[in-house]
Amino acid sequence: MSTSTWTPDQPIVSLTDVHKSFGNLEVLKGVSLDVMKGEVICIIGPSGSGKSTLIRCINALNDIQSGSISVEGQQVHDPDLDKLELRKKVGMVFQQYNLFPHKTALENIMMAPLLVLKQDKVEVEQRARALIKKVRLEDKEDSYPGELSGGQQQRVAIARSLAMNPDVMLFDEVTAALDPETVNEVLITIKELAADGMTCILVTHEMGFAREIADQIYFTDRGIIVEHGPPSTFFSQAKDPRTKEFLQQIL
Amino acid sequence: MEAIWEFFGWLYEVHGINLTIFYDELDRARFLKGIWTTIHLSFISIVISILIGIAGAWLQMSRLIWLRRVVQGYIQFFRNTPPLIQLYFFYFAVDAALSSLFGINGGILDGYGWAVVSLSFFAGAFNVEIFRAGVEAVPKSTVEAADALGYNRLQVYRYITLPLAFRVCLPALNNNLINLLKTTTVAYAIAVPETIYVANQIWSDEYNVLEMMNVVWIIYIVLVGFLVWLMHKWEKSIKIPGFGQ
Repeated sequence: MSTSTWTPDQPIVSLTDVHKSFGNLEVLKGVSLDVMKGEVICIIGPSGSGKSTLIRCINALNDIQSGSISVEGQQVHDPDLDKLELRKKVGMVFQQYNLFPHKTALENIMMAPLLVLKQDKVEVEQRARALIKKVRLEDKEDSYPGELSGGQQQRVAIARSLAMNPDVMLFDEVTAALDPETVNEVLITIKELAADGMTCILVTHEMGFAREIADQIYFTDRGIIVEHGPPSTFFSQAKDPRTKEFLQQIL
Repeated sequence: MEAIWEFFGWLYEVHGINLTIFYDELDRARFLKGIWTTIHLSFISIVISILIGIAGAWLQMSRLIWLRRVVQGYIQFFRNTPPLIQLYFFYFAVDAALSSLFGINGGILDGYGWAVVSLSFFAGAFNVEIFRAGVEAVPKSTVEAADALGYNRLQVYRYITLPLAFRVCLPALNNNLINLLKTTTVAYAIAVPETIYVANQIWSDEYNVLEMMNVVWIIYIVLVGFLVWLMHKWEKSIKIPGFGQ
């Protein structure tokens, strides 16, 4: 397989002409993008433009009709693909946090390394406690998700993902369901992660945050990537009228 | 103890209320054994029927359509026929068929064994549907989070879906297990010496139908009450703080 040929100077995530339909509805109409290791990219665009679908395809939560997606050189939609291998590399954080409600914060973080990676319990617990600390929830280790605020739950969800030591993190509108006052605590966590060199792909509506954190901004509309560029030029010198209109509405 | 026995002897002699199970050693022994039989027959059938429910709900999620159809067929068969007929079917027909198939004399299982099999399958069919409803109530997004973390299908079911489904479907499960306990009385029909069977023996010998009927009422009220109490305790113990209120 092509896995062995990947080197860090090649894109860690690469989409080529990806098409995806739900029934008759074509959601992605030929999307291509490359992400280098350590890069932070933000995908913005109006609702229904296929942003979430796009990143869900990257860890095979959605299948695709044509085109190709690779992560570290491995074809994501290869039928022979070991999904476990893919999901070890790619972490994902969801809009609705999706924590396991019957497990404490600490257990939520520890479960996957124990069950999926079959790692040693003592070592996993040490790492989980370190991660809880990293997302500033030291005193919430034994709380159940139902006892935490949205922002706290989302930070546990980020820690849960990080416990698998992924190479790439996907963030699917992770602040969209949060109260305004808790948005920041989650954004700070992501910012620190990006500063540590984690490759991050974010779908977001937080333009200020995107401008601050992103290396590249991609604007999607009706299933295609309309244009992209670094934040320094993207916000001020958008070329496409659709991008301009969108930016006018939200900025 | 002696005083209690004497009291019931007196109750019979003076008032004509004949509760031999309290003052006659033989009756007391066989009646207690009958209750004990009801208890373990219920317990074993409950455990097996829950296992059938868990396995059946898992198979219902299979991608293989014929497998889902087999489970559906099983459910329809056991839900749409009377438990007494199921018991007769196992005890007479299945036993005879299997005996001749394997050339065994005297049957594969005794009455008790077939009662366990029949009652477990009967309640299990309902449990499959109960668990399936619970499984369907677990948000797809929660399962997706586990998928994204690399859990395989069995791990998702065992550690995420099932524990959450259990909490949703416990009231329905509760009802079905109560029903199962009460349905163990059909074992009477194939001479399994459970509560009703021994009560019948006693009232045939002692002509105290009225007294024994009352005792039997009370026995079942207590047994079912105990099961309900146990299930509520369980329900409380797995309650998640901040979830489902």
